Amino acid sequence: MAFIEGMGIFAVTPGMALMWVIGLTLIYLAIAKEYEPLLLLPMGFGILLANLPLTQLMAPGEGLIWRFYHYGVEWRIIPPLIFLGLGALTDFGPLLSQPRLIFLGAGAQVGVYLTFFLACGLGFSLEEAATIGIIGGADGPTTIFLAAELAPHLLGPCAVAAYSYMALVPLLQPPVMRLLTTANERKIKMKKGRKVGPREKLLFPIVAALAIMLMVPASAPLIAMFMLGNLFRESGVVERLTDAAQNSLLNIVTLFLGVSVGATMSADSFLRQDAIFIFCLGLLAFIISTASGILLAKLMNLFTAAKINPLIGAAGVSAVPMAARVAQKIGAQADKKNYLLMFAMGPNIAGVIGTVIAAGIFLTLLK
Amino acid sequence: MAEEVLAPLSGVIWKITVAPGDAVEEDDEVLVIEALKMETPVYAPCDGKVQAIHVREGDAVEEDQRLLSIE
Repeated sequence: MAFIEGMGIFAVTPGMALMWVIGLTLIYLAIAKEYEPLLLLPMGFGILLANLPLTQLMAPGEGLIWRFYHYGVEWRIIPPLIFLGLGALTDFGPLLSQPRLIFLGAGAQVGVYLTFFLACGLGFSLEEAATIGIIGGADGPTTIFLAAELAPHLLGPCAVAAYSYMALVPLLQPPVMRLLTTANERKIKMKKGRKVGPREKLLFPIVAALAIMLMVPASAPLIAMFMLGNLFRESGVVERLTDAAQNSLLNIVTLFLGVSVGATMSADSFLRQDAIFIFCLGLLAFIISTASGILLAKLMNLFTAAKINPLIGAAGVSAVPMAARVAQKIGAQADKKNYLLMFAMGPNIAGVIGTVIAAGIFLTLLK
Repeated sequence: MAEEVLAPLSGVIWKITVAPGDAVEEDDEVLVIEALKMETPVYAPCDGKVQAIHVREGDAVEEDQRLLSIE
């Protein structure tokens, strides 16, 4: 009898069953549609695990997945390690070749701030509103980092929203891009930037690390790791460290991140009105950010002779390189001999840094 | 007078869709460059005949590198 009473199946609530459906949907999307499978697959399974009664997997202090979550996410170790890998993967060449494109990466943070104020107006606390706003950057690790600092109770829904919108970039951005640009603007061919030498690329991570961390110290954990990874890459003398950072280490931390973020989504923390608001506001933030990048590019065109194709402004959100690919695709639909991919990488990379700085500013002001 | 086709962006030659001697028309696809896990087609700049191909599939190319000549 005690065995039968101890069976979890009798303790399943309707909310838990609904969460299974959500978890299984993510697993389905990951496998059948290959939407961000590296994240959605472990995340979907994590959601299942979190909604199995009596397993204690997420029990504070003892559960296996809780430990992953506690030491990896709550201690804020995993997001900076992901940035180490991203730094090792990033070529700053396209950005250095046309430094003015940095502004587009900054312009695309408008959605983050507008949504922050909107969420405040809707009754979220300042900390919660900042966490929701940062979804607009479409940057998973930064969203998780900020949520863990400011509003851990919203971490699950915010992370899922950020990663979903990252995966949906190819669907969400094109309508906004077409709406805000004319066919002639989409056909603009951009002038090549200047050549960037290896010494410049080597110095960049050091100079940028110093400059950004001296200005916004709260962004240090992410920026420090990002620039360290990039220094590995550009130094050319630590091939093994570059390789470890961008392959094995990145894969390992992604694995733990996915499953533990998924496991934060128990029925009682996720099936709340808040979660729906978070998804809507996050989507709004992302769309405003896309739009503001495009509009800023058009504004810059009023003052410069070398015209910018406004499509690359949309790449100022930090979904790398999805947003740059979308700019290339939409540009090629207007003129198939227009190659925007590398130009779009400039704002795209600047967008990553921009989102981290935006998160750093929130931390400085709210912590 | 041969017209040179230059790489519009750096990447890896994914596929070459023409052979030397082929007749091509302007805007025909001549090869595909893979960059950032995206396949980007390169098109012929003019009508003509493929005179020579200077790269092979799998080669890494820099921006503005000569890819093929069309006469």
